[in-house]
Amino acid sequence: MSRLTPENVEVAKEIIARYPRPKSALIPLLHLAQEQDGYVADDAMEHLAELVGITPAEVLGTCSFYEMFKREPVGKYMINVCTNISCQLLGGEELLHHAEKTLGIRPGGTTDDGLFTLEDVECIAACTEAPCLQVNYRYKYKLDNADFDAMIEDLRTTNKDNIPPHGTLAEQRQHIPADKLAGIGSPEDTTTPEWFSKRLPVEEPKEENA
Amino acid sequence: MTTAEPTEAVTGVPFTLNGTELVAEEGELLIDACDRNGVHIPRFCYHNRMKPVGMCRMCLVEVDTGRGKALQPSCMLPVTPEMKVETESEATKKAQDGVLELLLANHPLDCPVCDKGGECPLQDNAYAFGPGETRFVEEKRHFKKPIPISDLVKLDRERCILCDRCTRFASDVAGDPLIHFIDRGSQTQVNTFPDHPFSSYFSGNTVQICPVGALTAEPYRFKARPWDLEAVESTATVDSTGARVVLQSSQNEIVRVLGVDSDAVNWSWLSDKERFSYEATAKGDRIEQPLVKNEETGMLEATRWNNAAKKVGAALRVEPDRIAAVGGARMPLEGQYAWAKLLKGVVGTDHVDAQLDDGLPGPLVLGLPRATINDACKPGGVVVTIGADLKEELPTLFLRLRHAVVEDGVKLIELTSTATHLSDFATVRFDVTPGSVGQFATAIAKQAGADLDFDVADESGLVEAQADKVAAAAALLDGSVPVTIIVGRGNLAESPRFTSDAVGIFRRLNDDFQFMPALRRGNINGALEMGLVPGFTPGGVQRESAQLDTWPDVPDFDGMDTKEIFRAAAEGRIDTLLLLAANPLQDFLDEDLVRRALANVKTVIAVDGISTETTDLADVVLPAALFGEVDGTFVNLEGRLSPLRAKVTPPSQARPDWMIPAELAIVLGVELGFTTIDELHSELSEVLPSFADIDWDTLGSSDDGPVLKLNRSWNIEFGKPAAAPPATSAFRLVATRKLWDQGTMVQESPSLASLPSEAAIHLNPDDIERHGFVGDSVTVRIGDQTHTIPLTSDVRVNPTTASIPVCLPGFDARTLITGRSTTAVEIRPNGTT
Repeated sequence: MSRLTPENVEVAKEIIARYPRPKSALIPLLHLAQEQDGYVADDAMEHLAELVGITPAEVLGTCSFYEMFKREPVGKYMINVCTNISCQLLGGEELLHHAEKTLGIRPGGTTDDGLFTLEDVECIAACTEAPCLQVNYRYKYKLDNADFDAMIEDLRTTNKDNIPPHGTLAEQRQHIPADKLAGIGSPEDTTTPEWFSKRLPVEEPKEENA
Repeated sequence: MTTAEPTEAVTGVPFTLNGTELVAEEGELLIDACDRNGVHIPRFCYHNRMKPVGMCRMCLVEVDTGRGKALQPSCMLPVTPEMKVETESEATKKAQDGVLELLLANHPLDCPVCDKGGECPLQDNAYAFGPGETRFVEEKRHFKKPIPISDLVKLDRERCILCDRCTRFASDVAGDPLIHFIDRGSQTQVNTFPDHPFSSYFSGNTVQICPVGALTAEPYRFKARPWDLEAVESTATVDSTGARVVLQSSQNEIVRVLGVDSDAVNWSWLSDKERFSYEATAKGDRIEQPLVKNEETGMLEATRWNNAAKKVGAALRVEPDRIAAVGGARMPLEGQYAWAKLLKGVVGTDHVDAQLDDGLPGPLVLGLPRATINDACKPGGVVVTIGADLKEELPTLFLRLRHAVVEDGVKLIELTSTATHLSDFATVRFDVTPGSVGQFATAIAKQAGADLDFDVADESGLVEAQADKVAAAAALLDGSVPVTIIVGRGNLAESPRFTSDAVGIFRRLNDDFQFMPALRRGNINGALEMGLVPGFTPGGVQRESAQLDTWPDVPDFDGMDTKEIFRAAAEGRIDTLLLLAANPLQDFLDEDLVRRALANVKTVIAVDGISTETTDLADVVLPAALFGEVDGTFVNLEGRLSPLRAKVTPPSQARPDWMIPAELAIVLGVELGFTTIDELHSELSEVLPSFADIDWDTLGSSDDGPVLKLNRSWNIEFGKPAAAPPATSAFRLVATRKLWDQGTMVQESPSLASLPSEAAIHLNPDDIERHGFVGDSVTVRIGDQTHTIPLTSDVRVNPTTASIPVCLPGFDARTLITGRSTTAVEIRPNGTT
């Protein structure tokens, strides 16, 4: 997998145009690449470097800082089991062990069928619902081993919650119409954004002792 | 206890350092102020030629700005009034202890097998400021080691302390951000992107500034230990920037070259060519003995010096008009003067030219008022570049100019043949096509108010189409700020006439504009100054007005330049041809003409240190000592005189260049007047006013070297610029040069020999689309010949021009250069004719 598709290049250009400097668009573009391939491929990083005018090393420097940008292929479903303190007290580690046994992989591994990647993670901020996990960053709360097996079975078959493949950000991509732009549309564009001219006049604060 | 010795009281910021009241300069960083006052603060990440980042925390000191004492990194802290600084306090020492303990937490301490051991800032600081013991028992970080990050540099990530020096250098100084922090977090490491090596022309600098042994240079790895090295300061001779270097040798072999922080020239930076091409002298195919061709076998055979000298002497006893010499830019100044005196003053020929028709006219270069690098880079000024991409030709000058333009706001106007590595930062950049630079200069000068009695010749509308740029450039050149014009030869397929015309226009626009000749070859400025150029004697004096009391004679005719010399030789009008460290078969644009010339000359005498295809064809070969083997001096493009010093002995019978003509003179029955280099220096000081005040013994030992006063009393007449001939095809040729090429110094250095890339024709992407070129190559037609040449899409190439570097492996681009003033080429999609 690889460079951005022609359709995604168009999306990328639109994203780049939202920023005063092209390289400011790097993080959204890395998301776009990850959405396309399920991970950020080396070729994709090279392509992004070309698009924003920096070197691939600089793209890698940014990309590798973020744990959630995967630079190796991962399964269609990324399962993150929390083992931080609340979950640990309520059976998070046992749940992780069960997941390892059920899926036949260690944390960081991917099942042979390419469906699941297992990770152990630190607190995912759902302590009241411990033990918990995420599937492609969608929460599942208070699971026991049977719940986990049922979840896996469902993902293999019906996927009733309609969880999209790893990397998918949103089903509806945001297109910002020109009149709603928060800033200039492109670095060359020096016209004042429409919203700026339309905004209501700001009342001058009154002098305190007036 | 370190004692602070206050320097001259400057008007500035008063502060207290370890109880002593001192004055810092406005905006000066605390670490610099301490350095200046003799208080050393340990540091790893701070480098005085780069912006501070405060990465390593080694320079923490206790500072009280009136709100109580606190530990602050002195490299990030400008001195403020009444600041009280303690560099020796308990808290400071504890901080230094702690920082070093943490820096060593992951450092492998493999000092006994590390190249840096013995000269390592981490080692030194650990001894001087460290805790002595560590409390860490945990496993250290492990990485595969070492990994090559380029052909020249290896990286050991375990030794790295993440100071950000190499990465800052790559992005901020060199502009090649090909190394970066990757996997930031507990696994932070410096690395490249896979398959995108750190192939920067400046990669060696990262090795020099690495404060640990993480970055090592391939040519020096495991060659020597620092305490076994002997060192001497010298000057890099591979190009005309004249960067100051220190040569280090072990067992009579140069093993390393480091940059010296010369404020006027190279700021401690070197290009990899300056840094690593010393290998050519140590490992190249050296000529060690005089060689004479055996008349029967036609083979060169070793002989004794006096045999060879006798043979050369006989060849020099012909009509002066039938003797010619080409080359001499590689030599130290002393060799150039001695050869000029022998050829012009004793033999009496004026057919002497140090340039191989690839530079600029000698009279032009000699006659222009010179700028220094610091003049050109001074904030507030304007620099105009005419010619080539300095990164390829004079890379160290490029670094200085890049800093001036990017950091110091110097305005740049580019009139170069292709876009350069500075174009992104240029205030005005013109799309110049071959032959048009003089017209752009005319348009700019007219707009800026110059009184010119001719109009712009702009039939194609090229200048008109860039009228707004002309106006912007004219506004910058209105004379309100200092202007430096850096002028070189950007296109070998274009007559230098167009460039000198443009220079003439700027000369007429404003007398105060200063110039810097961007000629590439090593000591070419010394060669021109010493009279290795037709029509001149040493000191930039025209032949007719020469007053040289110590010379027996001066030529009584005006000599030919290199191209005319080879033409005359090919027609049998030259009997004796001397090649002074020149390799015209490789470097002259018309290889066929050189072959015919060499075949039709009775005696070809080559003086060189390294065997080349040209020396192989000579009748007599005289072995010369090279860089690092002889004492001497060097004149850089500013006219700055700096020392060349010997560190190792020349191989076998090779001699310093100046001795060779001195000995030949004796064969001719004349004394040149000097038998030691000191006597030669005395003569230079005596006969040349610009050298009168030179103190030869201390030259450049404590300063940057004196700038010779080269300004001339005579003026060149500049007239209407020549117009380019009408375009006869869609593309005009731009023949450029690359840093890594097939030249002798690169090819004879084992570490550099494989670096040149294959020759390819570069076209603007718009042109490629417009003409429907597809695939990896195109067909180029010149006359009745067609060539299939690899194609590269390159936004740096101006539209309607086709750029190709000469002297690269693969296709020999010299064969495309046919035009007298410009060269038109026909390019077709591959497979068509």
